[in-house]
Amino acid sequence: MSKTLFERIWDSHVVDERPGEPVLLFVDLHLVHEVTSPQAFESLRLAGRPVRRTDLTIATMDHNVPTEPGPVRDTIAKAQLDALARNCANFGVPLNATGSGREGIVHVMGPELGLTQPGMTIVCGDSHTSTHGAFGALAFGIGTSEVEHVLATQTLLQARPRTMRVRFAGELPFGVGAKDMVLGAIGRIGVAGGVGHVIEYGGPAVESLSMEGRMTVCNMTIEAGARAGMVAPDETTFTYIEGRPAAPSGAAWERALDEWRALRTDADAVFDAEVEIDVASLVPQVTWGTNPGMVGPIDSSVPDPANYDDPVEREAVERALRYMGLEPGTPLDGIPVDRVFIGSCTNSRIEDLRAAAEVVDGHRVAPSVRAMVVPGSAKVKRQAEDEGLDRVFTGAGFEWREAGCSMCLGMNPDILAAGERCASTSNRNFEGRQGAGGRTHLLSPTMAAAAAISGHLTDVRELR
Amino acid sequence: MRALQQVTGKAAVLDRPDVDTDQIIPKQFLKRIERSGYGEFLFFDWMKDPDFELRRPEYEGAQILVAGRNFGCGSSREHAAWALEDAGYRVVLAPSFGDIFHTNATKTGLAPIELPEAELAEIKAALARRNELTVDLEALELTHPDGLRVPFEFDEFARHMLVNGLDEIGLTLQREASIAAYEQAHPARFDTSLLS
Repeated sequence: MSKTLFERIWDSHVVDERPGEPVLLFVDLHLVHEVTSPQAFESLRLAGRPVRRTDLTIATMDHNVPTEPGPVRDTIAKAQLDALARNCANFGVPLNATGSGREGIVHVMGPELGLTQPGMTIVCGDSHTSTHGAFGALAFGIGTSEVEHVLATQTLLQARPRTMRVRFAGELPFGVGAKDMVLGAIGRIGVAGGVGHVIEYGGPAVESLSMEGRMTVCNMTIEAGARAGMVAPDETTFTYIEGRPAAPSGAAWERALDEWRALRTDADAVFDAEVEIDVASLVPQVTWGTNPGMVGPIDSSVPDPANYDDPVEREAVERALRYMGLEPGTPLDGIPVDRVFIGSCTNSRIEDLRAAAEVVDGHRVAPSVRAMVVPGSAKVKRQAEDEGLDRVFTGAGFEWREAGCSMCLGMNPDILAAGERCASTSNRNFEGRQGAGGRTHLLSPTMAAAAAISGHLTDVRELR
Repeated sequence: MRALQQVTGKAAVLDRPDVDTDQIIPKQFLKRIERSGYGEFLFFDWMKDPDFELRRPEYEGAQILVAGRNFGCGSSREHAAWALEDAGYRVVLAPSFGDIFHTNATKTGLAPIELPEAELAEIKAALARRNELTVDLEALELTHPDGLRVPFEFDEFARHMLVNGLDEIGLTLQREASIAAYEQAHPARFDTSLLS
């Protein structure tokens, strides 16, 4: 019987099934951070329940942490970080705390430790858990009640989603990368286009991506409304995992490879929906509005609401343009920015930093811009420093920070002031996302670097 | 969670598409470690606008929210459902919901009910004449004092949990034998305690 990759993983994780009920699925890896866990641990404590599988659970501190060395000054944030430390100690959950050397954004930490492996089910109280699907895993975000359920039972009740294949055909042109692919896809599918579906990404343009590129694409799957995103594992995947701390070794590695090579979608498998995108015509993307679907190529202009037939959409675009302080018809290339943020679980890994550094090298941050680079983990930071990338950034006038979620979501001191316009490599441009009244333009790391240098949204392909 | 069988009360209408959970409950309130007290921060930034729909006096005390498509999209924060429930809402009616928000709501005692746009339009018209609605999760229908009757669908398992206010974890733990059998047959490849 032909199966998709998703069906293979789903079917092999069914613990129990009852007619008319969601399926009980086993969770191979549960990632935890400080924001969505305190109430879950508290409820466990009140019910007198232990964490069932501390060996399949691991925590880190990422959302609240300041990205400058020193104590946490926000007392509420500190209370939440302390709660995580206390909960992990009391329940026996391994924790990579700030300063341990292994900490970082949870979706950067998992893969770099080799914990994220093909064929696994992976959950976390964070919607960007879809990132791990890049390894051919079924990975999705859950709420705090479900976090509690997984802690107590190592399972989750799940209704079976539908499947969608997004095929990226063609070869990526110069200056266009994974971030542009996924922004282009969301622009095409819409912010609710994937609702109820798990997306499998395929096609030559995906196969040619590195693991970090695949992580960027899978990371933003949630922004198209989909449950999860995944890429079938291949030699690129196995090469990445081999030798990492949690990776199997010796005979166990060979056995794992055999299992992982069977994780694919059969040629005649059927998806509930199919979308084909030709990357050859892709241009670097940038969002202009207040959700990731309000996006376009850098060589286009701010749209005119009058061109939207649907009155509901027209009003939404009008509202977005008012919030963003943009006039219809303004070319995107040339819109001045106040801040630049290179970081987040979407784009803060070593290849993102290398790509940005290459653009920055030999230039300086424009005097009107405050620019920041936040590596995704302590490990990425160390590697970047070994390669001298930090000096390229600081030499050009960027701030080089400690690892953390930082300005992606303004829960820590890295925050936009009202009206500030930011070119950001993160994943959401909702109203107030980076700070109340803050204006976010999402784009790739190289596009962010170009914006920092020129002081405005810029076509990186034309930068010399 | 509080059991939910039937609600009769006022509705508030928020007719915007793609209302994301950052708007429902902004990030600064996610730093809390309590599960309660989020109601006063519901739509915190939008509430600053005196013209914000939910500030209308006729919506005060509303228990039903009538929303636009893709309500609750974006971040997985369950705090969004907690804020709505704590502010007094027991039901949200919308053409569609963000997936994770939909699940979170059902676990919070907040019923997310999907209805076609045409039926929502009828309901809104009736509400404009008289702001009162009954939502019955046992009979699976909505009724308005003017006589409008709208049946709706709801996942049977989620409905059963909501109507009885059941503890899902307790139920799952009764399936201990299945979980243990799976674990026996699928030993883990790693031990996270070696990675911290």
